[in-house]
Order: sequence, then structure tokens, then C-alpha cells
Amino acid sequence: MTQNAEQIALFDRAILTRAARDAVLKLNPRTLMRNPVIFVTEVVAMLTTVVGIEEMVHGRGAAFSLAVAVWLWLTVLFATFAEAMAEGRGRARAESLRRARTDTMAKLILDPREPHMFKPTPAPDLHKGDLVLVETGDLIPSDGEIVQGIASVNESAITGESAPVIRESGGDRSAVTGGTQVVSDWLVVRITAEQGSTFLDRMIALVEGAERRKTPNEIALDILLAGLTIIFLIAVVTIVPLGLYSGTNLGVAVLAALLVCLIPTTIGGLLSAIGIAGMDRLIRFNVIATSGRAVEAAGDVDALLLDKTGTITFGNRMAAGIYPVPGVTERELAQFSAMSSLGDDTPEGRSIVTFVRDRFGLTVQAPDGATVVPFSANTRLSGLDLPGQSIRKGAVDSVLRAIGVTEPPAAFTDAVRRVAGAGGTPLAVSVDHRLLGVVELKDIVKPDIKERFAALRRMGIRTVMVTGDNRITAAAIAAEAGVDDVIAEATPQDKLDYIRKMQAEGRLVAMCGDGTNDAPALAQADVGVAMQTGTQAAREAGNMIDLDSDPTKLIEIVEIGKQLLITRGALTTFSISNDISKYFAILPAIFVGAYPGLQALNIMHLSSPESAILSAVIFNAIIIVALVPLALRGVRFRAIGAGALLRRNLLIYGLGGILAPFVGIKAIDVVLHAFHIFS
Amino acid sequence: MTVSGWAYIALITLLTLGAAIPLGLYIARILKGQVRFLAPVERGIYAICGINPDRPMQWQEYTVALLLLSVIHVVILYAILRLQQYLPFNPQHIGGMSPRLAFNTAVSFATNTNWQAYVPEAQISNGAQMFGLCVHMFVSAAAGIAVAGAVMRAFTASSIASLGNFYADLTRITLYLLLPVSIVAGLFLVWSGVPQSFAPFATVHPIVGGAQTIGIGPMAFQEAIKEFGTNGGGFVNANSAHPFENPTIWTNILENVLLLVTGFALPIAFGSMIGKPRQGFVLYAAMAIILGAGVIGAYAAESHANPLHVAAGISAAPGNMEGKETRFGIAASTTFNVSATGTSTGAVNSFTDSYMPLGGLVPIFMMQLGEIAPGGVGSGFYTIIVFALLSVFVAGLMVGRTPEYLGKKVQAKEIKLAMLSFLILTFFILVGTGYTVISKTGLSSMANAGPHGLSEMIYAWTSASENNGSAMAGISADTPWLDYGLGTAMLFGRFAFLIPVLAIAGSLAAKPKLPASSGTFPTDTVLFTGLLIGVIIILGGLQFMPADTLGPIAEHFQLFAGKTY
Repeated sequence: MTQNAEQIALFDRAILTRAARDAVLKLNPRTLMRNPVIFVTEVVAMLTTVVGIEEMVHGRGAAFSLAVAVWLWLTVLFATFAEAMAEGRGRARAESLRRARTDTMAKLILDPREPHMFKPTPAPDLHKGDLVLVETGDLIPSDGEIVQGIASVNESAITGESAPVIRESGGDRSAVTGGTQVVSDWLVVRITAEQGSTFLDRMIALVEGAERRKTPNEIALDILLAGLTIIFLIAVVTIVPLGLYSGTNLGVAVLAALLVCLIPTTIGGLLSAIGIAGMDRLIRFNVIATSGRAVEAAGDVDALLLDKTGTITFGNRMAAGIYPVPGVTERELAQFSAMSSLGDDTPEGRSIVTFVRDRFGLTVQAPDGATVVPFSANTRLSGLDLPGQSIRKGAVDSVLRAIGVTEPPAAFTDAVRRVAGAGGTPLAVSVDHRLLGVVELKDIVKPDIKERFAALRRMGIRTVMVTGDNRITAAAIAAEAGVDDVIAEATPQDKLDYIRKMQAEGRLVAMCGDGTNDAPALAQADVGVAMQTGTQAAREAGNMIDLDSDPTKLIEIVEIGKQLLITRGALTTFSISNDISKYFAILPAIFVGAYPGLQALNIMHLSSPESAILSAVIFNAIIIVALVPLALRGVRFRAIGAGALLRRNLLIYGLGGILAPFVGIKAIDVVLHAFHIFS
Repeated sequence: MTVSGWAYIALITLLTLGAAIPLGLYIARILKGQVRFLAPVERGIYAICGINPDRPMQWQEYTVALLLLSVIHVVILYAILRLQQYLPFNPQHIGGMSPRLAFNTAVSFATNTNWQAYVPEAQISNGAQMFGLCVHMFVSAAAGIAVAGAVMRAFTASSIASLGNFYADLTRITLYLLLPVSIVAGLFLVWSGVPQSFAPFATVHPIVGGAQTIGIGPMAFQEAIKEFGTNGGGFVNANSAHPFENPTIWTNILENVLLLVTGFALPIAFGSMIGKPRQGFVLYAAMAIILGAGVIGAYAAESHANPLHVAAGISAAPGNMEGKETRFGIAASTTFNVSATGTSTGAVNSFTDSYMPLGGLVPIFMMQLGEIAPGGVGSGFYTIIVFALLSVFVAGLMVGRTPEYLGKKVQAKEIKLAMLSFLILTFFILVGTGYTVISKTGLSSMANAGPHGLSEMIYAWTSASENNGSAMAGISADTPWLDYGLGTAMLFGRFAFLIPVLAIAGSLAAKPKLPASSGTFPTDTVLFTGLLIGVIIILGGLQFMPADTLGPIAEHFQLFAGKTY
């Protein structure tokens, strides 16, 4: 797996330059309207600028108004810059994708009966349902379904994986993607997407953020921020009459400063960047989400439906133990098992040889004059014929039939039953007509999976194993892996029913799948991760696509979703907590003219009212830039349970949010004082 | 600050918090329809009014029922006040109120505010007190608790839009809670010497000569519901500072506990209704901590003598006794006034206008926080629920999930409605004050200059918008601008807050109740109590800091610098 986007440094020079330019373009009030807090800041900045210029024209001291205006503009600019930075990182990824979308000439088949008669047609002119021929070296012109042929396809343009994959008609590997290249053989492909709406096009749009719509959570947060903005707007506007009553005429610059410090500019400025960065983090994991809503839902997931094979277990059964009958030593049985498996090239067969070597230090070879009996799906056994000795290993009933034993010894049948009862697969080993014992094949659970499930449980997420195995086998593996629930002998309908049942209880369910028959469940799940290697139907049904086709990633996806929500919550809390300390800077400064006694509230001992107000405004602007890396990287998620997580984050971002401005504003005031600015 | 003062505060705390727990469990049973000792009466009421108590209402219907009732009541009360000279029980032959004063008063009592722009002894008859004001003290209180009940049901329901039946709630709360407690408390007050009489005012001839008129009337039972329903409209102008309304320290303790206890009982009822007592205790604790801080703050502020009095050599008392009854002293006075503003009770037993500036700031801030410590009957509970939803929303994201409170997801709709309700309160308090202090009409109502004058006006607008009803006084309340302006503020403060709250309840009720897991934001912890208090202060109080700085806070620093206005 090459992770294209991971190579993008947090502050890549090219992205920085572009972001700086975009930040200015984004100042357009019509674009900024989307963001109520920053829009209000911009309006206030304009107003202050006008007032500052007017003061200058009339020869009054305009320095303070202009200084405030400059910092208000910078506040807006820093916010747009944060968004532009986040977008820039997505765009860099889109650029690399776009290179794959060249305008190739497609080979349009006019008569399906004669696939090798074609008319060269520019790819953009293809329509849904057209048949095209793709041969060695050709780029596949658009998304489609293979109707004929088998070929190896290089999909590195999309997945970053350079090893070619096999694509063939029928089954679960029949989808091909526009922009990928056939490296051997040929295919007849039915086009399934119009130009402009292909997988590649959609991916580009997604990573660029062109289709970005606000997620439900963002909308709710926006409402909160807009509400706070209006409340503080009322508070600041009504200070004018209250000030007049108290004998102080407050200038526009002062009011502007107070307003902008009170409204939640920090989170307002970083909100969209956080969302974009969340998508970007997924992309770095080679997962493309079709919407921000899906990423958010991933954080909310209550249950993960995980396919046993490939996710929980390695997916192929391997030798895990041997059980000789009385009178046979383990070592003997091991040796015969390995010898009889020399003819078995299946992973199971090879695992027996490996197991014997690793466990008993025995390396077996076929002696001279021996005949290898290869494994076949018909006989379901393999073996080795030595002069005067015939060794067999295979499925219990096959071996019994082959050696003509109808009533095996009790010790043997006991062993078979024990292995099967524990969820394993017993294989019989015989020499001539004598049964030597049983080899146990087991689905091996991945080594660290149990810890990961435990971590998920601490986050309140149930893991559900889905398998086609029978109940006994499934239960044994489930116990070993530590999942919360099992769907054994699962049919696609079972999965769908299970998801519906969970959802009826109000839970959010995530699953991953690749086959066409997974599509209904993928569509039903709140987070459906389709494998890139899967069928077109599955890819359409899911709301995320894993380019590496690694089902284990579901766990990371959940963590990324949580991280997104945590980052948003942390910065909101920080932003709102800031207000308390900002009051201590600004309120005494603006009212000390009316009531000198209020100087007592200037607990930070800021050098002058102007310096105090300006320091608060500067702090308010700079904090946005200072938090850009956090917004882009995200607050780290820790699987320590909600209570502990809240305590931790509340301490850092809540208490920190109250204290940080005291330190920051004081420091800025000291600097201003050192340079004799407004002091 | 004295040992006896602290002991008094401890006693009130103990009695209130102790009594709130059984009362809360009892209220939960009332709301669930399990209290039946007056079942025949209850059935009779339903039969006469044609109510089917078991018919569930969606939030819209519940709201319309409540609004309709309020509108009819305002109209009837307006008519009574205008026409009282033609109505019975008017021994002093008091004339009808002016249209604007009648509007202000009718709205005031129908909204559970009890702002009194009139002088009771001179402007209202016994009949109007009993059949007009006193009825509203019951109905508005019952309506408030009914809404609280509806909000509680939003959390017990799962995917059901019903909030209960408003009429049944109203009837049960009145029959099983308000009436019995008021009767018992009223009898205690009568025994303690509070008049309950239909006789004309008594004329006495004191030994110093001349004649003195002493206002009496059917006070005792109205006094009971005045406190227990967090109403506050005094039978006489001096309210609970008057020896007839509040003759002894024992009646003072009773009144203080009565006005607090239901506010604290409702979160307990909530915990019982949802089957999670800890969740109720968290709200109860947050209320108690805020109220405790307020009482201690005011007590501390009032325990300092006014420096100007000291300089003039006229303050013998250990603190600021100006405007306080000597039979109550500083601790009992500040506890009472802070309790009244922590709830939505307009009652006072001392003159807040004479408090030290910071002592006066406490009641103002208690009201500005939204009256959640513990708040008016019903309104305190549903307001703190809105704060809880906001707390969960702001900080809940920090655990990495869409925020949910008690299994209900908090989403855009709830946030929109919550912000709307807070916006309206902020608007009326700040814009009302702002316009008053610079307009000619407004300034004509003000009797004091400088920051103290501003404090009085902030107090008036806060009290009206938050439906408290107490006043700092020092203003002419019965002017066209204040009658209509504050009347409007009271209407919006009550209904423009309550309707969004019921809409939130409706929205939450219709949502599926999600099972809790270890990934769920815990809302039954000490940490959440702290968070809730922080959010109440930041989202409920910060917007008023600039105004308060120019009012009581400026006055404090100026006073200690020796400057007066």
C-alpha cells in the first residue's frame, strides 16, 4: 500500500502558497455567508476600516481604529486560510487522481457478437450501456462491468497498489474502474457510468471538497455558533445606550473589538477545516468517504459487523495440533502427517508441513522411489506411496473409505469429536489400513485482534462476527477472538435482518463487504465500507470505499470518525471558555473612562485600555492560526471510555480555554508595551 | 457574618433539600396519575369539563391547550381588574385599574411573574385579589409544573410523540399538590398571626394620637400559594417584609422553604420518572450549588457595612442593615431574597434597593442565569434541562459521538429551539434596559441616577423577562412605557421560552431512546454537574456582564472610592 497523501507534510510549501492565495479569494462575502461567525467578523472589520479611514480623513487619531481593523481582517483571513489549507491537502490528492483520467480512445463494439470489431471512439462520447473492448496496454475508458474475458488490471492509479489484480466476468470481481490499465489479455466491458460521474470523477470531487455539504453535526454546531453570535451582538449593541447613560461614548473600534472577542471566532474559523481534515485523514488510510455525514456516522457507530474471514482470522485453516491414537507417538504421527501432506499444495496442506517443522523440528522429504499422491478436490486426500507402505491424510470419511475401515477405534473417534467440538476441522492420518491419529486444522485468530475488540468495547462498540461457518465452529472462534455476538451460517438476508434489528433499537451499525449480495446490507448499514476489489453493486451501495480492500480498517474508520467529533467538540469548548478571560481584558478597558474604579478589574495589569483591547483582538486572531495544526491533525482519540475521555478533554480544552487567554493577552500586551504601541 | 447567620442558612438548606426528596417522589406519582385520594373530585372535574384524562397530546396540542388557557385567563383577569368597583368583596371601594395597569397586572399574574406595578392596598380589592390574582397563583404554577412534566415524559418516551394530557396534568397538580400544601401552610400562617379576614381595613388610634389605617384581608392562604407557587405577588406592597404577611422568624423559615422546595423537588421527580435517580440528583446538585454560592455571596456582601455610613458614624450594625427587618437580620434577609430570585418568586422580605451593590448584583445575576437555582415551579426544571442539552451538545462531542442526553440525540432542531429561547430573554433584558436608559419616556420612570439607577432598570427588565416579579424599586413602575414594555417582556419571557421548550420536548419524545453504552457521555457524574454549572454561567450569564459591569459592579467600586450619584 502506498499512501500518496501521507507524503503531504502538514505544511507543504506548495499547498501553503496556494492556500494563502485562496484565503484571500475566500474573503468574498458571498462565500463567507456560509459561515455566520466569520461573516459577522468580516462585516465588523469593514465597518471598522471605514470608521478608521474617516477618522484619518478628518485628521483625528485613527491609529487605534486602523490597528483594530487590521487585526479583524487578519482574523477573517486566518479563518479562510485554515479552510484553504485543509482543502489544499485534499486537492493535492485529487491532482494525482486526475492524471489517471486521460482522454483515451475507446474501442466501441458495434455488434456484441463480434467483440473484436470495434470503432475507435473518444472516451467522453461513451454512454451507459455501450460495450467496449479493452486490450493489453489499453486504459479502461470508463467505469464498467466485465461481460466477457479475464485480464490482469493495474489499478495503481486509484489504489496506489502497483501489483495487478485479476478481473473477470461474473462473480465478485467483475467491476472495472475508468483510468485503470489492462496489463495482459483482454476484456469486453459494459459501460456503467456516464462521463463526469465515474468513480474517478466522484473521487476527485470528494477529495477536493467540491461536493462538500455540511454534516448534521456541523449544521447543529453552526446554529449554536450563530445563536451565540446574535446573543453577543445584542449584548454589544446595547452597550452603546448603557455607555451613553453612564457618560461614555464608545467608538466603533472598541465595540467591534469586544464583539469579535466574544463571538466564537476560533471554532467558527476552524469548523470547516476540521471537517475537511477528517475526510483527508480517511484518504490517508486509503479510504474514500462519499460524504462527510458518513465519516461522522462512523464516530457514532454502536456495532461493527465484521466478516470472520480476513478480518478476525487469517482466513485459511491451519494445522494447530495433532492427536495420536494409543500406541503411536506424537512424533510418529507428526512425521507421517507431514509426509502425507507433501502432495497437498493447498494452504491447509502446506500448513501441516510447516506446523510439523516448527513444532517438532522435523523436515520431511519424499524418499527416493516414493510416489506422491496429490491432493484433489474429488478424493479430498493426499498421500505418499513408499514401497510397501501407503500413507494417507485427508478428510476423515475419505480416509476411512480409502483404507476400507468402517469401525474406527474409539480413541480415534473421540479425537475427531473433540476437534470438531472445539470448532476445528479434523483430518485423519493413516498408514496402510491403520489409523494413526488426527490432525487438527483451525482457523487462526489474528494475534492482536482480541485487544482491539477490547478497546472497541471500552468505546461502547459491540463487535459482531459474521461467518458462513456452522454454529459450533463460529462459537469457538468468537470466544477466542472475544467478539460480543455471532451470526453463524450467515446468509446476506441474515446480515440485513441483523442490521435492521440493531437499527430498530436505535443503534448505528457499520459493516464492510464486497460481493453483490452484500449490497443490500451495505446500503442498509449506517456506515457501509465497500472493498475496491468488490463489485460495482457493492461499491454503489456503500458510503465508503476502501482502496486497499482491507476489512480490518473498519476499526480505524471508526476511530477517525470519533477523532473528527472530538476535535470539533474540543475546539468549541476552548473557544467558548475563552470568553471569560477576554472579559477581564476588555470590560475594564472600555468602561474605565466612565468609572475609574473599574480599573480594579484589570487583574492582568494591562498597560493601557487601547493596549488591552488590541491585545485581546490580536490573541483572538493568532489563536486561530495556532490551532490550525490541531484542526488538521485532529485531537488524538484514546480508547479509555467516555467518562475518562471527557474528564481529560474538559481539563485541557475547557480549563485550558479559560486560562490560555490570560497568558496570551498578557504576553501580547507586554510586547506591545515594549515597543511603546498604545501604551 | 455570624454563627447564628450561618446556622440559619444551614437550617434552610437542610429543610429545603431534605423536604424536596419526598416531595419530588410524590410529584412523580402525581404526574404518573398514581395519586388518587381525591379521585371522585378529579373525575367530577373531568366530567364537567368534558376532559378525557387518558387522551395523549402531541406537543402542539399540549402547547395550544396551555396558550388557550392563558389567553382566556388574561382576558378574565383584565376584566376583573378593570371592573373591580362593581364586583363584590371590595370593602375599601377601590376603583378599577387603568387599561395599561390592568394589562400589565393581568399578564404579570398569568405568566407567574407577579410583577406589581400597582400598590395593592390602594389599587386592588379583596375580591380581585382572591378571584383574580390568587386563582392565577394556582393556575400559572400548575401550568409550569405541567410543562415540566411534559418535558420529563419526553425522556421516558421512545419514538412516541405524546407528552401527556395538559388538562389532566393541570387538574392533578392543583388537586394533589398545590391545594393541600397551601391549605396546611395557610393554616400555619393563620396560627402564626397572618390575617385571613374579609373585614374592611382596621382604623386604630395609637397613643401618640391621630388615626392609622391598617390594611388587612384574606392574606394567609394567598401568602401560602404566593410562596409555594413561586408567584411572589404580595397582598400588601411591602410583601414578605410586612409583619402581617410574614410575622415571625418561623413564618419566614416556612415561606423561604415553601418557595424553594418544589424547584428542588422537580429534578428528583424527573429522576424517579425516568428510573435514573442519579440523573435527577445531578440537576438538583447543580441548582443547590449555584443557589448556595448566591446566598453566600450576598450574605458576605451585606455583612460589610456601607463605607459612607461608617464614615458618617451611623452604622452600628455589623453589616448593612439598611432596608432589612431587624427581626430577620442579614442572613435571613439575604437568604430569602436570593432564594426568591433563584426561583421565579417575586417575594422579598427586605429591600433589595438598599443592598450593597454586590449584594444587589447577586439577585440580578441569579435571575439572569435563567432562574435555574432552583427556578420557578416547572420553569426552573425545564430551563435547566435546556442548559443540560446545551452542555451535552457543547462538550458531548468531546467523547467522539453525536451528543445525546438520556438516550436522546441532541441535534440541530433542539439546538435551534434552545438558542431561540435564550435569544428572546437576552433581547428583552438588554434592549429593554438599553432603550429605557436613553429615551425620554424611559428616563422619566427612573428616580435614581448613576450606576444605581441603571442597576434598578436592569433589575426591572430582568425580573419581567425572566418572570420573577420582584423589584429593586426606585422606579416609577406604572408608566405607559414600563406597563406595556415590561408586560410584553413578561409575555415573551414566559411563552416565547415555553413554546420552544415544548417543541424540544416533542422532538425528543419522537426520537428513539438509545441504549447507553460505555461510549456514551455520562451525565450522572460530579464532572457533569461541574460542566453544567460552567455552561449555565457561560451561556446564561456572560452576555449580561457588560451591562452588570456598568450597573452594580461599577457602583461597588465607585462607592468604595467614596463616590455617589
